[in-house]
Amino acid sequence: MNEQTITTDVAPETFTGNHALAIEEALIFEIGRPEVTGVDLEEPAAVTARLGGLDRKAPIGLPGLTEPEAVRHYVRLSHRNYGIDSGMFPLGSCTMKHNPRLNEKTARLPGFGDIHPLQPLSTVAGALALIAELARWLRELTGMPAIAMTPKAGAHGELAGMMAIKAALTARGEKRSVVLVPESAHGTNPATAALLGYRVEPVPARGDGTVDPAEVEKHLNPDVAAIMLTNPNTCGLFERDVVAIGEAVHRAGALFYADGANFNATVGKVRPGDLGVDAMHINLHKTFSTPHGGGGPGAGPVALSAALAPFMPVPFVLADAEGVRLVEHPAGVGAYAKPYGRLSAFHGQFGTFVRALTYMLSHGSDGMRQASEDAVLNANYVRAGLRELISQPFGDRACMHEVLFDDRWLDGTGIATLDVAKALIDEGYHPMTVYFPLVAHGAMLIEPTESESKASLDLFIATMRDLAMAAKAGEKARFLQAPRLAPRRRLDETRAARHPVLRWVKPASVAQ
Amino acid sequence: MRYLPLTDEDRGEMLARIGVGKIDDLFADVPAGKLLPQPPALPSHKSELEVERVLSRMAARNVPAGSVPFFVGCGAYKHHVPASVDHLIQRSEFLTSYTPYQPEIAQGTLQYLFEFQTQVAMLTGMEVANASMYDGSTAAAEAVLMAHRLTKRRKAVLAGNLHPHYRAVIETISAMAGDQVNALPPGPAGAEDVAAALDDQTSCVVVQTPDVFGHLHDLRPLAAKAHAAGVLLIAVVTEVVSLGLVTPPGDMDADIVVAEGQSLGNALAYGGPYLGLFATRQKFVRQMPGRLAGQTVDVDGRRGFVLTLSAREQHIRREKATSNICTNSGLCALAFTIHLTLLGEAGLTRLARVNHANAVKLAEALAKVPGVAVLNDTFFNEFTIRVPGDAAAVVEALAGQRVIGGVPASRLDPGRPELADLIIVASTEVNTDADRAAYAAALAKVLAK
Repeated sequence: MNEQTITTDVAPETFTGNHALAIEEALIFEIGRPEVTGVDLEEPAAVTARLGGLDRKAPIGLPGLTEPEAVRHYVRLSHRNYGIDSGMFPLGSCTMKHNPRLNEKTARLPGFGDIHPLQPLSTVAGALALIAELARWLRELTGMPAIAMTPKAGAHGELAGMMAIKAALTARGEKRSVVLVPESAHGTNPATAALLGYRVEPVPARGDGTVDPAEVEKHLNPDVAAIMLTNPNTCGLFERDVVAIGEAVHRAGALFYADGANFNATVGKVRPGDLGVDAMHINLHKTFSTPHGGGGPGAGPVALSAALAPFMPVPFVLADAEGVRLVEHPAGVGAYAKPYGRLSAFHGQFGTFVRALTYMLSHGSDGMRQASEDAVLNANYVRAGLRELISQPFGDRACMHEVLFDDRWLDGTGIATLDVAKALIDEGYHPMTVYFPLVAHGAMLIEPTESESKASLDLFIATMRDLAMAAKAGEKARFLQAPRLAPRRRLDETRAARHPVLRWVKPASVAQ
Repeated sequence: MRYLPLTDEDRGEMLARIGVGKIDDLFADVPAGKLLPQPPALPSHKSELEVERVLSRMAARNVPAGSVPFFVGCGAYKHHVPASVDHLIQRSEFLTSYTPYQPEIAQGTLQYLFEFQTQVAMLTGMEVANASMYDGSTAAAEAVLMAHRLTKRRKAVLAGNLHPHYRAVIETISAMAGDQVNALPPGPAGAEDVAAALDDQTSCVVVQTPDVFGHLHDLRPLAAKAHAAGVLLIAVVTEVVSLGLVTPPGDMDADIVVAEGQSLGNALAYGGPYLGLFATRQKFVRQMPGRLAGQTVDVDGRRGFVLTLSAREQHIRREKATSNICTNSGLCALAFTIHLTLLGEAGLTRLARVNHANAVKLAEALAKVPGVAVLNDTFFNEFTIRVPGDAAAVVEALAGQRVIGGVPASRLDPGRPELADLIIVASTEVNTDADRAAYAAALAKVLAK
């Protein structure tokens, strides 16, 4: 095959550079004008300004677009994105499941979308009730007695949970300085521990991809504050010795933080509270299907064990015999709690809470259990469809909601994991997670989620098999030149990092 | 269940293909006795209609800002958002996409983030901005941590008129990280001597303008003193619409500017999700937290965008990362950038002027209510009034009159008797003359009792 001719075959030259529905779109700074606006506003009343002479002296330079121009601009940009609604998005550890539109509708009810975080408490009884109800569902699903609701994303939840651990140890009069983190952990785990001043000590995995309690025992001593363990882990495996690990950690006086990124495998099947977990954040945007929105917003409530329950950030909603009420300040909480402070300005990602509760009410307890079972079934079905062609780092064994492959099957082909990912783009898929976790060489982590039908999985498996056979047959161009059909081909990331261009600047030639 | 495509027949065939007899064989690694025999004790699935009924009942127990004369601010503002904004952010390809790790099929997200970064840099008067943070308060805490990295000092001085919740967020993370904070007492009348608190241990001074009581500040004198002492100036803006009318912190020598971006494009939503804006000088960019979109070219030489400088980030650097942050506020940033693109400079300037004029008219109306005093000489769209007696009780009584009249300062910062009779009041473009008249009348009635 002639490598040079492929791109011109598929992307013929046009006058505009457009290709039918794939339309090039300039930056707003190139098409907008400062004097144009797409928002009609009344003329401001004539008043004596109270700005104390601090009025803006220089123009800002912001371009404006009328509504038709703006709508076209953003619709064209949207055409250059792949979403779950476009096709299968098997991005491991990210749980790209269907986002029900009912969730968007309920979040926009004026009683939820149009209430202010500081309006009088007598006018937000329904909001407090919603927070309390979502917390109740999360308590039941985790088997843990308290939920800190305010963290704004998974990593923020980790911070909240690790702060609770630090506060609890401080309350005990202990100053421990080490946090154990398995090598397969998500990068936020060591980053969070380091932010709180802990020294991170890695724990290697054993040959089957899980953590060995004997290895944990070797690292435990009175200076260890906590272990941060992801379960199911990032290799897609349930930590079969999780209970023994938790017991060993507790015997050493340390606490057990669980990363809940992979909770979608076990909702309604296993409760982290039954496994000895002291703190676990829950990614509402993953497990409970509030949209990812191009990388946020997320929401990361943290479930806390009885040992940590008193240590949560303000504000929080107390629901007890006296009713539902809001605690906004650490002082004056009484015997209920020993809050360690505040993590964000207001009550957490309330709009996301509405979406998550909508999801939970829709699925119900039975539907969420079925969803987890289907997520695990789908991942194993992909494993079964690919196992004789694509290598697995820890052998062919049952996985949870995601299946991990490595790149040994590509040995000698001159094709790398990244090339396989890019070839999948040409086939109409979003690639799997690549090069993570680091414990597998050239990792490919596939998480189909429960949202895929059997027919969809069959086509994906057939596609992957076709790619595997093409790679082994030496069809390198199909991989090395990929993607050929996307709005852009491979981008020069080295150039972007060496010579950062992080904003538009008016070109000198058109400067006035 | 309407969201689950597999049928029982599919499940049977798939189990057979996998080579197991039943689903729980795939859960064999779960320790003995820990697999739940049945779903947890929670309600079972419901139809769309039933779910909507439950949630609508809950929503009906709240009073929406749009249903009453509404004057609450303090870090979140009721603004009118053009209908096209919410339509556009709900396009599938924006709503249901992920962090743009595969740039060839995420140019939509990457281009709007590049445009967003440029708009934020222009608006704040700074050289570079990141692709957004969780909210203004967490952005402020991240700015303090960044200043500590840059100066190798570990003490922050916080102006007394910084939003008390922002102060609490910075204090919480600093206490946990072992860093020092010197938070000055509030000065509701507006004047503060922040510079006197700076010393050779200080890494940064955090000052808000308009401040929590609404006063505007010229940051240049403080910036000069800070820089002379090797201290970085972090400016906080909680009402970003103000930047359409007032001098931006970047033009007053700020080193880092953080802001709450909710006012443009984003609903109040009881406090979140919002977006934090974060802007700084080009020379500090490698110590900046959060994601960054950058311009580059593809192999055919066409302009394109990627996430860049990720060597700062946790997924590469692990415990050496500049921040533990992984998620940004992509969709909120999209709402922000669309609203700002629709406004343009002309629209933003006019919006800011309408806000200021409405606040001036409200201040004049409330000042005429017997017993009420306006504390501010300067303000943008928010100011502080002193009322006779307990401000919290007055605000509750106003709510009883169907007027949501502002935030009692004591709610933000309890335990300070000097704040007990203060209400912080905001007025934006949504308020009409009738709203202002209703407020003044209700306040007069409540105070007359």
